[in-house]
Amino acid sequence: MTRDEIFGKVRDVLVDALAVDDDEVTPTATLTGDLGAESIDFLDIVFKLEQAFGFKIGQGELFPDNVQQDPKYVKDGKVTPEGIAALKARLPHADFSKLEADPQISKVGGIFTVESIVRFCEKKLGAAAVR
Amino acid sequence: MRWMWIDRIVELVPRERLVAIKNVSLAEEHLHDHFAAAEGRGALPIMPASLIIEGMAQTAGILVGHAEGFAEKVILAKVGLAELEREVTPGQTLRYTAVVRQMDRMGASTEGTVEVMDHARGGVFEKIGRVDLMFSHLDQNMSGEKFPEHNFVFGESFKTVLAMSGVAWG
Repeated sequence: MTRDEIFGKVRDVLVDALAVDDDEVTPTATLTGDLGAESIDFLDIVFKLEQAFGFKIGQGELFPDNVQQDPKYVKDGKVTPEGIAALKARLPHADFSKLEADPQISKVGGIFTVESIVRFCEKKLGAAAVR
Repeated sequence: MRWMWIDRIVELVPRERLVAIKNVSLAEEHLHDHFAAAEGRGALPIMPASLIIEGMAQTAGILVGHAEGFAEKVILAKVGLAELEREVTPGQTLRYTAVVRQMDRMGASTEGTVEVMDHARGGVFEKIGRVDLMFSHLDQNMSGEKFPEHNFVFGESFKTVLAMSGVAWG
């Protein structure tokens, strides 16, 4: 599957799950900021990606799983360097550039851009092909 | 008591599908309140679409809850699609068929078909719409919030419907 085909499928999933227009789904658009995703939409997106691509996504594999509740990783409303390192290790597909510049907890959603989802799917499909 | 919007479970294939019916009655007050009488006309008793969606949510919710022996708090998280093409009126019977599309530790998504049977028109169920839903297993939610220990979702009203339908609890 080419990158464009992957992007097309990701776009269709996001249009369906978030009720946004095709042209809003650009590579740099953030899920929570630009596309208005709420926490429950993440589970919907996981389910729809699984259906569209035919792979299984483990809990916490695409989106973080309770990192924000760990006092070691969050202090005074900001993600600690340890927290960012933990997120990076778990979510190598996400885009941390903005969060590193401004590590407020409210900005964590911004690490998920459309491009990061495409990257995640590309990696999953690559791993499946190798297997 | 929590309001139940299904009367009976008529078929259950665990983890796959559940079919339930609801008889719509003129004695139900909410029907009269929905399109109350106005000047020049009497009340139009019509089953509110929102309650048809709730009926499907209860149907699909039992299907999802049954899969884990009602240990999970199964919460309706999203109405992905709701299309109803016809109004439902007293004396008719609704039939909800919920099918599991996906289910894992975090939650489930279901596809639902809504049918109606008019007893005065041959007693055949006709499809009138579709309601697709998504459920979250509340204790597995990604925000890590804590909720009460006891399962407040599947209370006595649900147990009664299951018992009356001959479906074992858990």
